[in-house]
Amino acid sequence: MTLEIVLVVAGALFSIGLFGVLARRNIIAVIMSLELMFNGVLVAAIGFSRFTAPAALMDTSGGITEAAVRSALTGHMFAVFVISIAAAETALALALVFAFYRAQQSVEITDASAMKN
Amino acid sequence: MNAQDYWALSPVIAMAGLAIVLLSADALLAERMFGGRRFGSKRALSWVAFIGLLAPALLALNLWFGWVGEQTSDPVVYGTFTADRFALFFQFLIIGATAAVILGSVPYLNQFRDSLGEFFTLILTAAAGMMLLVGASELITIYVALETTALPAIALAALRRDGFSIEAGAKFLILSALSTALLLFGLVFLYGYTGATRIDEIVARMATLPFEAGVPFGSLAVMLAVLLIVAGFGFKMAIAPWHMWVPDVYQGAPTPVAAFLSVASKASAFAVLMRILYAMADFDPVANDWQILFALIATASMTVGNLLALTQSNMKRLLAYSTIAQAGYIMVGFAAVGAASSSGTATAGPQSIMYYLAGYTFTNLAVFLGFTAIIHRTGDDTIAGLSGLVKRSPVLAILMSIGLLSLLGMPPTVGFMTKAVIFSTAVDQGLIWLAVVAVVNTVIAAYYYLRIVGLILFGDTDNTDRTRPSTGEMTAVAIGVAGSLVLGVVPWLVLQLIDDAITIV
Repeated sequence: MTLEIVLVVAGALFSIGLFGVLARRNIIAVIMSLELMFNGVLVAAIGFSRFTAPAALMDTSGGITEAAVRSALTGHMFAVFVISIAAAETALALALVFAFYRAQQSVEITDASAMKN
Repeated sequence: MNAQDYWALSPVIAMAGLAIVLLSADALLAERMFGGRRFGSKRALSWVAFIGLLAPALLALNLWFGWVGEQTSDPVVYGTFTADRFALFFQFLIIGATAAVILGSVPYLNQFRDSLGEFFTLILTAAAGMMLLVGASELITIYVALETTALPAIALAALRRDGFSIEAGAKFLILSALSTALLLFGLVFLYGYTGATRIDEIVARMATLPFEAGVPFGSLAVMLAVLLIVAGFGFKMAIAPWHMWVPDVYQGAPTPVAAFLSVASKASAFAVLMRILYAMADFDPVANDWQILFALIATASMTVGNLLALTQSNMKRLLAYSTIAQAGYIMVGFAAVGAASSSGTATAGPQSIMYYLAGYTFTNLAVFLGFTAIIHRTGDDTIAGLSGLVKRSPVLAILMSIGLLSLLGMPPTVGFMTKAVIFSTAVDQGLIWLAVVAVVNTVIAAYYYLRIVGLILFGDTDNTDRTRPSTGEMTAVAIGVAGSLVLGVVPWLVLQLIDDAITIV
C-alpha cells in the first residue's frame, strides 16, 4: 500500500461524485454524489496522515516529539470535522428537499427553473 | 486556552452569544405563552439584535486600540486564530453590514412574523462564522468557519418558503456544498504537501521544499491546492466562472439576505483568500503564476458580469450580475501581487483590495437596502418598476441614484476612488492590458447603471402613491450613501486605517 494508491482511490471517489453532481437530475442523487466527494476528501486526508506524517515522526532522533504526534493526528482531526459538518449539511439538504417537494411536487432538479430573466 | 485566547476570540464569542440570546428571546416572546398573554412584541427582537451588536463592535474596538485585556497579534488558540488588525478591519465591516441589514429591513421583516427569531439567529450565526473566518489562520478552522457561514446563509435564502425562495435555497446548498468539497480537496493537498495545517507552519515548510522549474506554482501539489482553493472561494466570492448560482439566489432569497450575502459573505471570503495567498507570496514561482491566474479570473468576471447585466429586466438579477462584475474589479487588485506601495513594501495590492471592499460595502448596502424598502411596498422587482421613483419618494430616489453612480465609479463617490486606486496598482505591476480591460468594462457598466438612474429620476409613472420608507430604512440607506461620499472625498481617513491593518504581508 502506497500513498499513490490511496490518492488514486480518493481522486476516483471525488471525480465520480463530481460527475454525479453535474449529471444527475434527482436532487437526492445529487446530495449523495456530494457526500461521495466529501468521502474522497476524507480518504485523501487519512492517506496523507498515514503516509506523510509518520515521516515527520521518523525524523526525530530523540523519540517522538509532541509536534510529530500533532502532525500525525492532524489528518484524522481533519476527517472528524469533515464528517460532522457534512452530517449537518445533509440535514439541511434533506429539509430543503422536503420543502422543495412540497412546493413543486417533484425532486427533479430540472424543475428548479422558475427564475428566469 | 488562556486569557489571551479568550480576548482574541471575544468579538466572535459575543456575536455567537447574541445569536443565542435572540433565539431565547424569540422563544420567550412567542405568542400565546404564559396562558395566552403575550409577553411583548416580536418587533422588539430587531432592537435587541441591533443594540446587541454593540457588544461585538466594542470588543473588536477594544482589541484594535488595546484598552483592556491581554492582547497579541500573533496566532492564538494553538495557532488557529489570529486577531490581528487585518482580521479586525474585516470584523468591523461584517458587524457594520449586519447592523445596516438589520436596521434597513425592519419593515420588510414583518412578513416573517412566524420566523423573525430564526432570521436574526441565522444572520447573527452567519456573521459570527464570518468573523471567525477572517481571523482563521489554520486550515481546519477555515473550513469550520466557512461552513458556519454557509449553512445559516442557505437557510436564510430559503426562509421566505415560497417557490422562488426554496429554489434559491436548494441551488445555493448544492453549489455551496460543491464549492466546499473543491476547497476541502485543495486544503487537504496543502496539508499533504507540507504536513501542517497552520498557515505559518505551511509557509515555513514550503520554504524547505524544492520548487521545480517549468511547473506552474513550482510544484504540481501546490498548483492543485491553489487552483482548488481559488475555485472553492470563487463560489463564495461570486466571481466568474463560478457565478452561476448568484442571480438565482439573489432573486429568490429575501432581499435583505441578498444584501447581506453580497457584502459580508464576499468580504470574508476575500479576506481569508488574501491571508492564505499572501502568506505564500514570498515564493517567486507562486507569485508569478498567481498574477496570470488572477488576471484571467478578473477579466472573465468583469466581462461576464457586465455583459450579462446588460440584458436583465429584473433588478435583483441585475444587482447580482453587478456584484459579479465588482468582484472582478477586486480581482484586479489580487493580480497586482507584489506591487509596492508608497512606503516601499509590497502592500499596494492588499491595500487597494481592502479600500475597494470598504467602499463597496457602503455603496452596495445603500443600493440593496434602498431597493429592499421599495420592493417591500410595491412587490415589483423589475427595473421598470423603479420608473419615476423620484416622484414617489424623492429622498430615497436621490440616495439610490448616488449609490448606483458610486457602483459605476463616478467622481466624487468612493466608487471612482477605489477603481482609480485598484487600476493604478495594476498598471504599476505592468498589467496595463488588464487595466485597459477594466476601464472598458466600466464603460459597458455605465450603460446599465445610467439607464436605471435615468429611469429613477426622469421616468414616467402611473403610480402616484407616495412611498414612505421608515426611519430605520432611510437611516441605513443614508449611512451607506454618506459612507460612499465621505470615503470618496477624503480617502485618507480609511487608507490610514488600512495601512495599520495590513498585517498579513
